[in-house]
Amino acid sequence: MSNSKQSEARVVHSPVFISGDDLETPMLKILRQDGTTYEGAELPEIDKTLALKIYDTFLFIRALDERMIAAQRQGRISFYMTQIGEEAADIGSTAALDAEDMIMAQYREQGALAFRGFPLEQFMHQLFSNENDLGKGRQMPIHYGSRDLHYMTISSPLATQLPQAAGYAYGLKLEEKDNCVICYFGEGAASEGDFHAAINMAGVYKVPAIYFCRNNGYAISTPSSEQFAGDGIAPRAVAYGLKAIRVDGNDVLAVLKATQEARRLAVEENQPVLIEAMTYRLGAHSTSDDPSGYRSKKEEEKWREKDPVARFKNWLIAQGWWSEEQDAADLEQKRQNVLAAMKKAETVAAPKLDELITDVYDVAPQHLQDQLDELKAHIRKYPEAYPKTAGRLDDE
Amino acid sequence: MSNMNLLQAINNALDIAMDKDSKVVCFGEDVGHFGGVFRATSHLQDKYGRSRCFNTPLTEQGIIGFANGLASGGHKPVAEIQFADYIFPAFDQIVNEAAKFRYRSGDQFSVGGLTIRSPYGGGIHGGLYHSQSPEAYFTGTPGLKVVVPRNPYQAKGLLLASIRDDNPVIFFEPKRLYRASTGEVPEEDYEIELGKAEVVQEGTDITVLGWGAQMEVLEKAVEMAAKDGISCELIDLRTLLPWDVDTVVASVKKTGRLLISHEAPKTGGFSGEIATEIQEKCFLHLESPIERVTGLDTPFPLAHDKEYMPDHLKNYEAIKRSVNF
Repeated sequence: MSNSKQSEARVVHSPVFISGDDLETPMLKILRQDGTTYEGAELPEIDKTLALKIYDTFLFIRALDERMIAAQRQGRISFYMTQIGEEAADIGSTAALDAEDMIMAQYREQGALAFRGFPLEQFMHQLFSNENDLGKGRQMPIHYGSRDLHYMTISSPLATQLPQAAGYAYGLKLEEKDNCVICYFGEGAASEGDFHAAINMAGVYKVPAIYFCRNNGYAISTPSSEQFAGDGIAPRAVAYGLKAIRVDGNDVLAVLKATQEARRLAVEENQPVLIEAMTYRLGAHSTSDDPSGYRSKKEEEKWREKDPVARFKNWLIAQGWWSEEQDAADLEQKRQNVLAAMKKAETVAAPKLDELITDVYDVAPQHLQDQLDELKAHIRKYPEAYPKTAGRLDDE
Repeated sequence: MSNMNLLQAINNALDIAMDKDSKVVCFGEDVGHFGGVFRATSHLQDKYGRSRCFNTPLTEQGIIGFANGLASGGHKPVAEIQFADYIFPAFDQIVNEAAKFRYRSGDQFSVGGLTIRSPYGGGIHGGLYHSQSPEAYFTGTPGLKVVVPRNPYQAKGLLLASIRDDNPVIFFEPKRLYRASTGEVPEEDYEIELGKAEVVQEGTDITVLGWGAQMEVLEKAVEMAAKDGISCELIDLRTLLPWDVDTVVASVKKTGRLLISHEAPKTGGFSGEIATEIQEKCFLHLESPIERVTGLDTPFPLAHDKEYMPDHLKNYEAIKRSVNF
């Protein structure tokens, strides 16, 4: 009973080593760059409404990323992370889910949140850490979260969300809900201990979870060739008892198809799945990074030609659902919307000082209240040194 | 009332918590059918099924990560770390995740239902890795509560309160007393409020403060001192974070002296925090320097564990030193 796999093993009488080469991991591709589909390709379930919603999210993210990186350079926000080049991965996979499936993301999945309907204004409030931010201005830009939209608040430490996803999914199983968790991470984060702990536990408890790896080639400056020796991330999942699939991460139809199937396995059969999406981070890791120090323009160009947004646009145009004219006008409109929302958000005040001590515990203990009182007295003494809060210490 | 040892009291608390709330789930290494290496979870799997009491793979970071996720969905995981010495792979999940979950999300998400149980402390010939008292690594982390019971009655009431408290709680169990400490424990459900110290014995000459297994040691020291005519006020802190400053301050203002004792090493130990706070609040009431009787600043030894321990004799000497200052 203790180890059924071992008792079923083929017995040999001279040494036979197995290697990664024995396991072939195919790559699912459906859509060519020119917008045509491969012959015999099995299309995902997609209609015009879903297709246009996905594409609308693509364009929104392009406009948002472009404007916000500019805003960071202008010193209007402190930090930003773009997801240019990887839009098909998170948006295409979230599009396969039920709106109540939990998303536990890493940090480069603003597209998944936008697809769920997070308002532009809320993006801005978070980025400007103002008093309307759902996170009360506590975290660096891009650490979004929304309870209403089933999008767990981002935390900076890498891969911590992976074992949490196994636990959250176990809770869904206990409650017999027809939902799953999707957990995003990068190929670099998959080197963390939490990855192995998580995938193992997901396999042991057979939880409704989809582990979605954006293998984008780089962990800040470290190329995947220096991150791991094996054939990517997908084969690891098989060893832990998950099902795994590798997809072209720049092919939104392939991502959608793979995730639709994965969701069925997760929700109907409690079979956890790992999806490895092969893609490329066209932008810098963050606004604090400059990729010219570790990779060539030529390499970037090669991947720019595989742009997931252009690829899907070509397909939409071929369906007669979209046009270049609409495209240009729509993107311009989105840019203006972002700009207008940004101008509004940057004038909104910082959260009140009292929020400094709320939510550390369910109820602020006495010592925190005492520390806040002391701080207020100090600020009253030197108001000019604390302009964000000095003027509104007594607001109720 | 029935006579229980500390393990039975913990088992009884878990049983009541699981019986009354289907959201309570217990897991950890060997916690399932086997009932845990110390048997704290005995019979819980039989009673509540494998889905609510189960074994985990050997991965402390996985256990607490999993527990965080489960708690964030509204469940009440009671996760066991087999020995407090092995809690460190889970440090990130405790310090960066559990403790900050509510704050970082603006109260949209929390892991308030989480309780981490773990046996701590020396006295079982456990050497370096089955003896540590790591509480001070956690008391520096806002968002956590840290609780340590001293006997079966306290263990049951504090554990029930910890499980039901809407904040992540680390519950360190004095494993030396698991079977050694017995006492009358009510069979019914009751809770002991977190964040409140208990004055175990009133006195007038010196305040003697500890928690967990150290309370038994301090009781002996206080008895010895009594024979010398020294009247000690003995306090069990019970909750280390957030700790009950008011009770200790009131006591020290009365006695004018304070001794704090714990097994953990002296440097960086929680006694340093208490001593600082008390000198801030009681400076003009102090008749002598605050005494700290603690473990040495070494790894926990094996052959010399008796010498390492802040035993009743070391505490007795410190009480006299303080009173005769």
